[in-house]
Amino acid sequence: MTQEISPEARKAWMSLLATAPEARLAALFDTLDQTPDHETLRAPEVGGVMVRGRAGGTGAPFNLGEMTVTRCTLKLASGAVGHGYVQGRSKGQAERAAKLDAMMQTEAAAEVEAKVLSPLRADREAERTARAAKAAATKVDFFTMVRGED
Amino acid sequence: MYVAVKGGERAIDNAHAWLAEERRGDTSIAEMSLAQIREQLKLAVNRVMAEGSLNDPDLAALAIKQSRGDLIEAIFLIRAYRTTLPRFGNSRPVETAEMACDRRISATFKDVPGGQVLGPTFDYTHRLLDFKLAAEGEVAEAPKAEPRREPTPHVTSFLRGEDIIQSEEASEATPKDITREPMSFPADRATRLQTLTRGDEGFVLGMAYSTQRGYARNHAFVGELRIGTVAVEMDIPELGFAIEIGEVELTECETVNQFKGSKTEPPQFTRGYGLVFGQSERKAISMALVDRALRWKELGEDNLGAAAQDEEFVLSHCDNIQATGFLEHIKLPHYVDFQSELELVRKLRREAEAARAAAAQAREAAE
Repeated sequence: MTQEISPEARKAWMSLLATAPEARLAALFDTLDQTPDHETLRAPEVGGVMVRGRAGGTGAPFNLGEMTVTRCTLKLASGAVGHGYVQGRSKGQAERAAKLDAMMQTEAAAEVEAKVLSPLRADREAERTARAAKAAATKVDFFTMVRGED
Repeated sequence: MYVAVKGGERAIDNAHAWLAEERRGDTSIAEMSLAQIREQLKLAVNRVMAEGSLNDPDLAALAIKQSRGDLIEAIFLIRAYRTTLPRFGNSRPVETAEMACDRRISATFKDVPGGQVLGPTFDYTHRLLDFKLAAEGEVAEAPKAEPRREPTPHVTSFLRGEDIIQSEEASEATPKDITREPMSFPADRATRLQTLTRGDEGFVLGMAYSTQRGYARNHAFVGELRIGTVAVEMDIPELGFAIEIGEVELTECETVNQFKGSKTEPPQFTRGYGLVFGQSERKAISMALVDRALRWKELGEDNLGAAAQDEEFVLSHCDNIQATGFLEHIKLPHYVDFQSELELVRKLRREAEAARAAAAQAREAAE
């Protein structure tokens, strides 16, 4: 049984899974009560994506260099098709991401959200906040010296 | 007489075995893990990713270990690996205005929104060896302050408001890719930027320095230098929308250059641009200076004959893998080439000696 899902919501969880630390995702995945069997539509495959920038930050695009990405597509018995696109070269991670993407389209969505996505989101937020806080501590406070002639 | 020979297999195998042993070094010293290289030699990892043109810190760490710390050899390994990867596609251009900045400084404006954020920099260290690092010890946690939530705007966007700086008009043109089609001249700016960002740091630095010393001087200020992470988004055809496929650390440098105006352009500030994988600010600043020098034609400036203005010279020589490949090949057997050279020099020598003897004889006869 497939539920209605918005592209924005799916984009958000796929993006979260793409950058999740491998060991952390594997550990969270193992906390799920059960994971459905699947049929592999596209076996995990490692490839490259050309990352582009813009001249001057806002101008015409140029090719900056590639990054490694691993992708996988699978189908659950219920018919839900899951895609995994993850940074790096972990085939296990791509398969887990695809499985979770498929499960998010089924009744298991609430459990995946609670046990996997929500902790990942909290981790990411905490890490970003910690870095931003360290950066903020290195912000320069200027002060003007008192001039002698006054 | 040259006779074709074959051989050396045993010598080569034994050389490789010895190389492996030397790479490991003293076995009473603990072996380095890839994670240690990735975490503790991060700037070397960044350089290998930038010049290897492949963002994957674990692969770069492996390449550094395999190459015994010879970074150009490591870059070579990454470039070779890169060619084996199927290309899934191209990302959308990264939004550096949305960067989560670890560092962000401007040499042109003291009070910029977002402020001067130093980040984990070597600047202002005394460059004295720190012998505390020779001993193991805990590192104190860095201080924290109230984090900034909103994105940090680009410094050049403020000058744009006054229309006193040249604009960089957005386009969705598909850039040429030097990994797919060979470079040709004249090269467009996208080709120049791609070549420079993966060019040798030392070469690009030297070219940039030459402009500062007066060879096509262009009076660069670092309008902004920022280091941080950006999301990489790619359109996924099977989904019909774009998702984030990862996050990369980048260094971006925008220079603001004094410009008196030319036949075609009014007096204004012009710009150079550097964008490099990882925390690589020396490279990003160098790239921006060289990018600016190479823009002389579109800005209607004079060709001063400086090396940094010559795109054929700069772009054809900045790739350290091409350079080292051609340079190092001359140490490989050239027995046939050299045999023919030897024959030629011997023949020339015989002819020269014969001519000298004939001349001496003629002189004697005349006397």
